[in-house]
Amino acid sequence: MSEAKSPPVTTVAERTDVIAWESIPRQVVTIYVPLFCFVVILLFPFYWMTVTMLKSNEELLNYTDYNPLIVYSPTLANIYKLLFETDYPRWLTTTMTVSVVSTFISLFASVLAAYAIQRLRFKGSQWVGLAIYLAYLVPPSILFIPLATMVFKLGLFDSPMALILTYPTFLIPFCTWLLIGYFKSIPYELEECALIDGASRLQILWKITLPLAVPGLISAGIFAFTLSWNEFIYALTFIQSSEKKTVPVAVLTQLVEGDIYHWGSLMAGALLGSVPVAIVYSFFVEYYVSSLTGAIKE
Amino acid sequence: MAARSERVEWGGGGVHWLARLFDYKPFLIFMCLLPAVGLLVVFLTYPLGLGIWLAFTDARIGRGGEFVGLFNYELLFTDRIFWMSVGNTILYTVVATAGKFILGLWLALLLNRHLPFKSFLRAIILVPWIVPTVLSAIAFWWMYDAQFSVISYVLVDVLGWRDTYINFLGDAWNARWSLIAANIWRGIPFVAISLLAGLQTISPSLYEAALLDGATPWQRFRYITFPMILPILAVVLTFSVLFTFTDFQLVYAITRGGPVNATHLMATLAFQRAIPGGQLGEGSAIAVAMIPFLVFATVFSYFALARRKWQQGESNE
Repeated sequence: MSEAKSPPVTTVAERTDVIAWESIPRQVVTIYVPLFCFVVILLFPFYWMTVTMLKSNEELLNYTDYNPLIVYSPTLANIYKLLFETDYPRWLTTTMTVSVVSTFISLFASVLAAYAIQRLRFKGSQWVGLAIYLAYLVPPSILFIPLATMVFKLGLFDSPMALILTYPTFLIPFCTWLLIGYFKSIPYELEECALIDGASRLQILWKITLPLAVPGLISAGIFAFTLSWNEFIYALTFIQSSEKKTVPVAVLTQLVEGDIYHWGSLMAGALLGSVPVAIVYSFFVEYYVSSLTGAIKE
Repeated sequence: MAARSERVEWGGGGVHWLARLFDYKPFLIFMCLLPAVGLLVVFLTYPLGLGIWLAFTDARIGRGGEFVGLFNYELLFTDRIFWMSVGNTILYTVVATAGKFILGLWLALLLNRHLPFKSFLRAIILVPWIVPTVLSAIAFWWMYDAQFSVISYVLVDVLGWRDTYINFLGDAWNARWSLIAANIWRGIPFVAISLLAGLQTISPSLYEAALLDGATPWQRFRYITFPMILPILAVVLTFSVLFTFTDFQLVYAITRGGPVNATHLMATLAFQRAIPGGQLGEGSAIAVAMIPFLVFATVFSYFALARRKWQQGESNE
């Protein structure tokens, strides 16, 4: 589990300063200045979005009288317009429903698959594992055209069901991969004890393995949720009517009509659309970073 | 392990037949794999095959196609826009990946020091990666605006380095470099955090030994850091190349392939031809043309992983 893995990692990292003999001014130039530049460049677009969102229209497009980097008279008009004059709340609920449902479907399928591959050990289990891993390497951009024809034939075109059924194709490989790693870290002896006490396999999975794998489930869930919230190409291809679109697609296609771009509302839409993933992420940032690094080490 | 679990199958007699069926191992394995494998076969393997079939047909939206052999490829072979998209995709992948890895490695090395607010820094640096790509692409779209670009404002009005505002997205080459810059911006956090994980597993005693032997910082990087993170680097590199090569969202959001088709990647061109254009066959042919590259990247990834296991002395399970 993550707690078991992390302590040696941090102690190793702490000790590196034993050999940092550089003087303070030199450290400032070689470490803090570049680091500061990185942080500024990585975060600037978000600052710029926030500033744009809070500006009134005359301030937005007048760089001579107003310094564009500062908001002189902040206004919530752009957010108001977005929330009450567009379908934005509906887009949010659609995206939320699709993401949550496809996350749960994927978690269900991945837990069972990872349990079978890692714990039930059968002939060829590593080949199934490899095949699922390879499935992760098939990108949506070569699947969306045939999937579009399938979705059309199944009568799912322009329905959130199309997204709920197709999102697991890129969520399951990732979650299974992550959960296999987690199950590996749970001692097998616990399951053996339960077997001797007469528990069935499903009871063991439900009452012993799953409770112990909760951190793994949480990180797999966060990953799945963010990946489906961010998904774009399927949502763009399979959904046509405005009110059924997901947030990323709708912000790009519905808020830009005609020649005049309402940059304020666009930025508000983009920022608000990032809020749910940002909240999920900030609650579980430790799980997130450790499982990200853990998954790569695996 | 398999042998040990076989023994206990005989326990739990006298329970409901359904419970006993679920304790029968082959059946249990089948039921456990069914949801995942079923979904993947129906919505991933089958469409993959269907896509390859469509590439050899003249399918259009609302009309099933007939087999036309290599006609779509003959058409594409003489298509200037297709070849430009191939060139763009290669340029985009090579330059953006190189940029992401050089800057990401640099950031990882900086973060590997003993710093104040270390975990906070790691958390906020991941933000560009968390936020939906399309939504941050919209921010770049606005930052690349011809009249009101904040980048131009800083260069012209604040620093005075230029006289005119830059036409970021109106000129073919400017647009390409702008897209590459946006892609690098988005890719740095993931590369940096992944490589940081690799850096933290390197034992400091290696550096101490090297220091005693009088190694310069460059030598320490070249002969300790770099070889030690190479396995992780190879895996992250493969994923990064794969996803950059098949990228769609960023280009679609910022330029939609414009100006005059100059920035189309293969994925965006496939979409353009297949969905708004209705030429499903031709679009599939473009998408399928990406597959040889993906196979190459996958094989590379597999051997990088295999080599890593061998290096650590683990047996292949």
